[in-house]
Amino acid sequence: MPTPEPISEPVIRARGLTKRFADFTAVDNVDFDVATGESFGFLGPNGAGKTSTMRMIGAVSPRSRGDLMVLGTDPEVNGPRIRARIGVVPQMDTLDTELTVLENLLIYGRYFDISYAEARRRAMELLEFVQLTDRVGSLVEPLSGGMKRRLTIARALINEPDLLLLDEPTTGLDPQARHLVWDRLYRLKQGGTTLVLTTHYMDEAEQLCDRLVVMDKAKIVAEGSPRALIEQYSTREVLELRFPVGVQETLDGKLDGLGDRIERLPDRVLVYAADGEQVANLVHERGLQPETMLVRRSSLEDVFLRLTGRTLVE
Amino acid sequence: MSVVAGVKTAGFRIPGVRKFEHSLMVYRRIWRGTFFGTLVSPVLFLSAMGVALGSLVPTMTVFGGVPYLVFLAPGLLAAQAMQTATQESSWPLFAGFKWNKTFEAMIGTPQDVRDIVLGHLYWLVVRVGIVTGVFLAVAFLFGAVNSPTVILAWPAAILTGVAFGMPMAAWTASRKTEQSFAFVFRFIITPLFLFSGTFFPLEQLPEAVRGLAWLTPLFHGVSLTRSLAIGHDLNVVTLMIHALVLVAIAAVGTWLALRTFKKRLVV
Repeated sequence: MPTPEPISEPVIRARGLTKRFADFTAVDNVDFDVATGESFGFLGPNGAGKTSTMRMIGAVSPRSRGDLMVLGTDPEVNGPRIRARIGVVPQMDTLDTELTVLENLLIYGRYFDISYAEARRRAMELLEFVQLTDRVGSLVEPLSGGMKRRLTIARALINEPDLLLLDEPTTGLDPQARHLVWDRLYRLKQGGTTLVLTTHYMDEAEQLCDRLVVMDKAKIVAEGSPRALIEQYSTREVLELRFPVGVQETLDGKLDGLGDRIERLPDRVLVYAADGEQVANLVHERGLQPETMLVRRSSLEDVFLRLTGRTLVE
Repeated sequence: MSVVAGVKTAGFRIPGVRKFEHSLMVYRRIWRGTFFGTLVSPVLFLSAMGVALGSLVPTMTVFGGVPYLVFLAPGLLAAQAMQTATQESSWPLFAGFKWNKTFEAMIGTPQDVRDIVLGHLYWLVVRVGIVTGVFLAVAFLFGAVNSPTVILAWPAAILTGVAFGMPMAAWTASRKTEQSFAFVFRFIITPLFLFSGTFFPLEQLPEAVRGLAWLTPLFHGVSLTRSLAIGHDLNVVTLMIHALVLVAIAAVGTWLALRTFKKRLVV
């Protein structure tokens, strides 16, 4: 007989969470829960309200309305107590460029009242973990973007956090550096750390998130696992058609009836269908001659397009 | 001592200590670059203005008659404290808000705004203490100080620095760009340096503007520092007034800094 799942308090619980600045609403009445050990994502374009949400969770930004519980308590009442148990990887690196790699970790450990000896022990372990051991004595400034990012992740782990907040952890990194970061985050997840991340990369969300919410214009527009969202809002496959310059505008109704749904982007046409190859044959039968045709699996990008009518990175 | 279950380091915790440790750690890395200036600046000023120019100046009539070098050195000491503290509270502090964003990183930890402001205050005390300590040592070698009360001129100079450094810190936290710092130095710090009694007794100024000097914080710093350094005929009441004015300015500056830092960081 299977043991019933223990009913545990969510790590984060938000109800009607709202953040207003002087002239606009950054987060508008959002609800979500994050469970212990879960890897949870906020997916959305720039300006959707992801960072504002993360800052409220991180107990550095007071909310304007609604309820928020983090690690069982209210961030506005017990900010320092919450911050003692979370790790933060901010969107922009906030490393101290005047200090060395090791010093950055040591002083950050001190902010958590960790002794120098213990901070040093943890720092060496973490540098190993993010593969920066050979840079232990270098200044931060000459490090590459990927190395700085990994150092920021190591820094966020110095207090052995129960919850790790990552705001766009791989934005601006080259593919190799991204994969290394993903790999380290995946290991943390395997080790039981609760991860909450924001991203505007679909592949990142698909790689790392058990569950995610799609944010657009300060609101949550959908919620679910990457797979469930794709199943709900898209088809199994997508046929991408690219026509020679000027031709796409002259197609009129020639694509009508193909697939389940058609999206026209400035540079290509997307045909949503369970079987992309079959639709590709139909395109040929109609005598259309696209420059390129590509059948691919549906992704969260398609979900976002369906939900908002816009692409994520414009 | 309060004990929170499972938290080893709970209990007594002095606010601002960690930020202060951060300043020390940065200083340990850059002190060599700054120490040369710290040492050379008093040597240049005291030899050029105190000794060379001073040889043209007859014995001062104030303080029962002292050589110009003895009159000048404590004035320069207080002015040096002002400049060092204002400098520390401008670009280096601004970097924490804008360029390095180290303060943003700090408030993501159990540290809060109060820790950052108080940590900066402690750091001002130490940084100004180093600069003025070196200055006093050089002045001693020049024979510019000889009264035993000079040991009290040191904390007086540090207090002068803090009275400038904390209001400047409050101002820096409220700035979106670094443009105004040059303005502060050109139109506030330099005129104060020249007209607050650093180089000549205020009695030399027309009576109409003499009263204005009482409104400038540096005047109080220079007066206090100089009286203690020369140690002639000390008037405790006057000294207390000067000290209290400086303490009040430092306190208001700290209060303002708590507000502007919070407004900047907690949004």
